[in-house]
Amino acid sequence: MSKIITDVVCPFCGTLCDDLEVKVSDDGSKIEEVYNACVIGTEKFLHSQATDRLTVPMKKDDAGEWHETSMNDAVEYTAQMLANAKKPLMYGWSSTSCEAQSIGHEIAELCGAVVDNTATVCHGTTLIAVQDVGVPSCTLGEVKNRADRIIFWGCNPAHAHPRHMSRYSIFPRGFFTGKGHKARKMIVVDPRKTDTAGMADIHMQIEQGRDYELLSALRVAVRGAPLPETVAGIPREIIQDAADTLKSGRFVVIFFGMGVTQSLSKNHNIDMAIMLTKDLNEHTKAAIMPMRGHYNVTGSGEVMGWQFGYPFSIDLSRGFARYNPGDSSSNDLLRRGEVDAVFVLGSDPGAHFPFSSVKKIWDLPSVCVEPHYTPTTAVSKLHVPVAFVGVEVGGCAYRMDAVPIHCRKVAEPPEGVLTDEEFLKLVLARVKEIKGVA
Amino acid sequence: MAEYLIKNGFVFDPVLGINGDKTDIAIKDGKIVESTALSSATVIDAAGKTVMAGGVDVHAHVAGPKVNAGRNFRPEDKLFTYESGKGVRRMAGGFSVPTTFKTGYSYARMGYTTVMEAAMPPLYARHTHEEMRDTPIIDEGAYPVFGNNWFVLEYLKNNEVENTAAYISWLLRTTKGYAVKIVNPGGTEAWGWGLNCNSVHDPVPYFDITPAQIMKGLMEANEYLKLPHSIHIHTNNLGNPGNYETTLDTFKLFEGEKPKDEFGRQQVMHHTHVQFHSYGGDNWGNMESKADTIMDYVNAHDNLTIDIGQVTLDETTTMTADGPFEHHLTELNHLKWTNRDVELETCAGIVPYVYSPNIKVCGIQWAIGLELALLAKDHMRVHLTTDHPNAGPFTRYPRVMKWLMSQKAREAQLDAMKWGDKVRGQSLISGIDRELSLYEIAMMTRAGTAKCLGLAHMYGSLKPGLEGDVAVYDYNPETADDPEQIERAFGNAAYLFKAGEMVVKDGEILSNGRKRTLWVDVKVKENPQVMRDVTEKFLKYYTVTQANYEVHEEGYIRNPYRIEVDATQ
Ligand code: SF4
Repeated sequence: MSKIITDVVCPFCGTLCDDLEVKVSDDGSKIEEVYNACVIGTEKFLHSQATDRLTVPMKKDDAGEWHETSMNDAVEYTAQMLANAKKPLMYGWSSTSCEAQSIGHEIAELCGAVVDNTATVCHGTTLIAVQDVGVPSCTLGEVKNRADRIIFWGCNPAHAHPRHMSRYSIFPRGFFTGKGHKARKMIVVDPRKTDTAGMADIHMQIEQGRDYELLSALRVAVRGAPLPETVAGIPREIIQDAADTLKSGRFVVIFFGMGVTQSLSKNHNIDMAIMLTKDLNEHTKAAIMPMRGHYNVTGSGEVMGWQFGYPFSIDLSRGFARYNPGDSSSNDLLRRGEVDAVFVLGSDPGAHFPFSSVKKIWDLPSVCVEPHYTPTTAVSKLHVPVAFVGVEVGGCAYRMDAVPIHCRKVAEPPEGVLTDEEFLKLVLARVKEIKGVA
Repeated sequence: MAEYLIKNGFVFDPVLGINGDKTDIAIKDGKIVESTALSSATVIDAAGKTVMAGGVDVHAHVAGPKVNAGRNFRPEDKLFTYESGKGVRRMAGGFSVPTTFKTGYSYARMGYTTVMEAAMPPLYARHTHEEMRDTPIIDEGAYPVFGNNWFVLEYLKNNEVENTAAYISWLLRTTKGYAVKIVNPGGTEAWGWGLNCNSVHDPVPYFDITPAQIMKGLMEANEYLKLPHSIHIHTNNLGNPGNYETTLDTFKLFEGEKPKDEFGRQQVMHHTHVQFHSYGGDNWGNMESKADTIMDYVNAHDNLTIDIGQVTLDETTTMTADGPFEHHLTELNHLKWTNRDVELETCAGIVPYVYSPNIKVCGIQWAIGLELALLAKDHMRVHLTTDHPNAGPFTRYPRVMKWLMSQKAREAQLDAMKWGDKVRGQSLISGIDRELSLYEIAMMTRAGTAKCLGLAHMYGSLKPGLEGDVAVYDYNPETADDPEQIERAFGNAAYLFKAGEMVVKDGEILSNGRKRTLWVDVKVKENPQVMRDVTEKFLKYYTVTQANYEVHEEGYIRNPYRIEVDATQ
């Protein structure tokens, strides 16, 4: 007999769908089916069932050969590495629970580490823009219940957040939006003809990297001031039409992704997008929201916020929290050779950091805590396989609109495999012993 | 557990009627006891010092989504404020929006032991509890917001008080909340469309109800449930010249109403940060204090309580569920604006603000808060707050005490203002020579607040049987002559005992305590209709499932302290 677990939360993307149903074997050891999730979400659950799953920590010897090692040894290596480093980097946190993050922060504080999350290479620019100009935003339910004008700027939810449009932004019928997508106008700004763009009422196929200009032009158009003939490759009439569409809406939402946060002008693009939202609030109601990628990158920023006061790139090495992205951010530190150990949990810098940074990880004492074998594993000295958070252990995660949801455990981890939290607790205890603190 | 005997201090306890007498206070097993109950106590010499119960803050924004948004979008707030960790103390920083650790330590250093988070969006209850869990030492509770909640709007439109009560009971249990908070009733829902309700009779768009009906109905439901605290109101039209009339209109809704709880509170409604609601005039040029009119009303009606919301003349971070007000503020000061509308429930706005002593309006605001307290007849019903961090950070309470206790200090502040004479002309402060006593301060910060919260059986006094929460300040009321001593002493408790444990000594944190989270579990008769409505709303309009909405005690709540109320009779 199998049983069905309902209201399961998907620990994959920032959409954090919480209506999944998972069929598991009677003894809870095997996931048989996943309902309601999109393809990527489903794969996350099923992947935990892989027969070639890593279950034992692996350590690289001086010759570069991998050997199995004990959990005790893994804890010891990690604790010694962090406790003895002058300025270790503790990076990741976006694919784990807030509980685990919290323990990681305690270790970081004791070791004078830099703690940073994946925002450093995705929406960190957004966080900086928010520090410049704020952010008028809302929860996704406000979008579902009220919004009739939706912009997707530099993002492609059809592929990256597959259930976003059906759960929240385009298709659902809400309290004041009984006609669903029929009464919504959809604008997509993207240099590519993506599947999302294909669905739009207006697709502004912007010239690559010209987001700042087009956002400025929209602000000009919203104010009714004259425009040049084309801006960023878009004819004046279309920009005017888009501005009128927005102003005539009752509730406008701008969703934006890494197409704007990581293109030329970076945080200045987002400044401008937020100011466009602010301008629109003089005519109608408007909100803006980043399409956060990892399922708990938002949570990482929140926990860092209430514990240290900043959302990412926090340098604790001087005994107080110091925040200066561009200086205290992971890639800057790695490339300048300013960190002497690297601890990674809940992300994969080996796949996403510039090669020059990855090479530095290769040179340094390094630990990768991760259920999968990843490119980060390849450059680390120690790999500690752990349970899947949100599949094999519960915990808190924050959706892209910062709504916290408690992830559910649906299956048992393989025998002997620890959770992130358990592993970090062991490391913390050992670090305290090494440092001689109570 | 350790026993303590605090000897020879000047004790101020309005509940016991002790007004500066030298009395010994004994603590054993976490509680205040008779000194005869001690067997091997550590003696604390409090000679020449002031002794009070631990402070109880009735209204502060110290945990939750808008507080954290305030932290994260203001790195500048951390400048020069960071303290390294030491011993049991974690590193901590921030001025107007301190980190959770700093919040706990700073309150403890001021001798405060209990603090209420004044606005919790239910959908973000888990976040609020996570922050409270990480706030050391102080006991905390949080007020979920109800004044713009769709269930409440729909039930009260049809005058369904019993259904409203059943829903409140469900939501308090689901979010582990403490009391019924109302912020800009109806106006925050209107803000979903960029609109507002500026008077208590403005209809809420699409919901066919007025703010007056919302507040009155919630009061009735609150008394039906016999909750420990009354409804807690931030009324419409905050911060606008001429708004004192809206405030009076709000007060008048409750005339003749009596509390029905069994927790000993006297009020049916608490109106918060009344300073922001006591403005005369009709523009910023002729804006003036109406504190006297407001206090005439408060003094004459004993079924309501207020807190002052004192402006401290600092740079701070304003944050409130009054979304339209924060939009108004960003249009006024052109500083950065964060807003977050929360589906079916509420909204929050955040804008930094500088209360400059060089700006006339700020000076008048500063005067109004003090006037409210100085014109009060009963300080058990008028509480000290800064609406932290809205009118200023809570760490300024000792400074506010100084202003309340010393006319000299007030005059010095007025002299230091650029437009001091104009402030004097448009307020009443200069004509008031009253100086509050420590006894009255103890009412405003402990005895009165504990009673108002329905927690007089735990906090606010040094009566045997109450929690062992005791603050000792290095302040000699017989010899002190310099007002600055007040600010120094009350900002740096010589000792603080929390639940019988010494957690502060000479300003240093010795322990993170065993902080508790208070919440109210009120039992009502089964109400299938409300449960059906809840299920339907979750299916159709919420974006989380009903099963994922509840905050469970386990994991999220540190030392839960459940207060049970039975409203089935
Ligand atoms: S949209 Fe994102 S959260 Fe939802 S099921 Fe797919 S991967 Fe999971």
